[in-house]
Amino acid sequence: MNRVFQEDQKTGKAILIRQIKDIDSCDALIIPGGESTTISRILVNSGMYDAIRRRMENDDIALMGTCAGCVLLAKELTDTTADVKLLEAIDMQVERNAFGRQKESHERSIRIKGFTESYHAVFIRAPIITKTWGDCEILSKAGKEIVMARQKNYLALSFHPELTDDLRIHRFFLEML
Amino acid sequence: MKELDITTMRHGTDLIKRGFSKMQKGGVIMDVTTAEQAKIAEKSGAVAVMALERVPADIRAHGGVARMADPTIIKQILDTVSIPVMAKARIGHFVEAQALEALGVDMIDESEVLTPADPFYHIDKRCFTIPFVCGCRNLGEATRRIWEGAAMIRTKGEAGTGNIIEAIRHQRMVTRMITTLKTMPTLKIQKLAEEYSQSYITSYKTLTNQPVDDKTLLFGSSTYGTMKKEISDILKEIKHLQRLPVVNFAAGGIATPADAAIMMQLGSDGVFVGSGIFKSKNPEKRAKAIVEAVAHYDEADIIAEVSRNLGDAMLGIEISSIPKEQLLQERGW
Repeated sequence: MNRVFQEDQKTGKAILIRQIKDIDSCDALIIPGGESTTISRILVNSGMYDAIRRRMENDDIALMGTCAGCVLLAKELTDTTADVKLLEAIDMQVERNAFGRQKESHERSIRIKGFTESYHAVFIRAPIITKTWGDCEILSKAGKEIVMARQKNYLALSFHPELTDDLRIHRFFLEML
Repeated sequence: MKELDITTMRHGTDLIKRGFSKMQKGGVIMDVTTAEQAKIAEKSGAVAVMALERVPADIRAHGGVARMADPTIIKQILDTVSIPVMAKARIGHFVEAQALEALGVDMIDESEVLTPADPFYHIDKRCFTIPFVCGCRNLGEATRRIWEGAAMIRTKGEAGTGNIIEAIRHQRMVTRMITTLKTMPTLKIQKLAEEYSQSYITSYKTLTNQPVDDKTLLFGSSTYGTMKKEISDILKEIKHLQRLPVVNFAAGGIATPADAAIMMQLGSDGVFVGSGIFKSKNPEKRAKAIVEAVAHYDEADIIAEVSRNLGDAMLGIEISSIPKEQLLQERGW
């Protein structure tokens, strides 16, 4: 993200958020990949979960969730027993590790709505969006599976834009602010 | 498995393998021997679990040959948790690794904690779809493992001792050498690449009694010429990045939240905790405390807070009291 600020000569700074006090200092939040159960636990234990929810209620924060972050933005999961407290930002249902285990992790090209050229996406133990409703807009499908969606200024992707040099998704998110 | 257009999908690339490891960054990977322990680890915030038949402290006590765990245990753990499951294969035992890949584990640890299987070669990790993690004591070992295809490096430390000194030694050795690379001219880097290739030459000479030239096949399908070039390229990348090009975890002797945090402050990207958790008085509390300590490794007040009332840590072993031939870190080269 800092590369986008630099290359596009925009003012802004990407910072690493680890504590509750950091939440209030940002305009937008990227929830990265990792393990959704782990990230969820850190968010809840640190109080960051409530802080983000408060910002969402005031409608003054943009959110982007990649992979595990995509899981956290969902309204519901296919696996209702999962130990994950969702942020419930987007009208969508998500299936965790939907492609299977690490053996099934893969790279492939996808088409994204509004992008003129295809996008090379990296899926690592990736979730998929199994269902959308309400104001949720589908932005991309890999084969039959929904892998990118947005609602208001919330963006969810089941792949990892931070692992490639293509900055189009970061720019797209900045424009949503 | 969902129905997919699989014609354009690429699996098991370096990007996928290294990307998987990156997702573990800032996290704790815990050794578990039962599905129940795996559940506790997941609940405590582990980013992954290492499925084992015995934790290192018990392997040490038990003696004998330590091998890949019984697939029944691994399968039970795979079915119990949703976080990634790793498992250990013996150094050089590529068939154990093939079996683990077939079982569906997410990452293989080619580990000195088990008894090495091949006196000449580590596993050619480039042949696998799933990623590997390997231990190292210094930059030479780290570079060789990365060249062989490891997607994650960890310190060897001295597993099963609850004694942090060896992990710190190995972390400092690697960091020190990376700093030295900073000002190293290209010619010297090429010399270093040759030095780092020596162990493959030694193995070849022991096996064949033949001299080695640039065309000699030394490891898998790689000739000495290619090896020198590729190892030198890895060293140049390390010089440029001023860190390893793959995620670097701490392992071998971590027993307390402060142990975990000191490794993070010394530059580790995350930690493995083996015997430290389930050999302690209160595994669940200790597991949670170590997770917190890694997430907040540079916040002394949090480390102090989570270190309270954890109950007894594992007893631990003084390294000098271990006979040299029983040191696990001496395994591998």
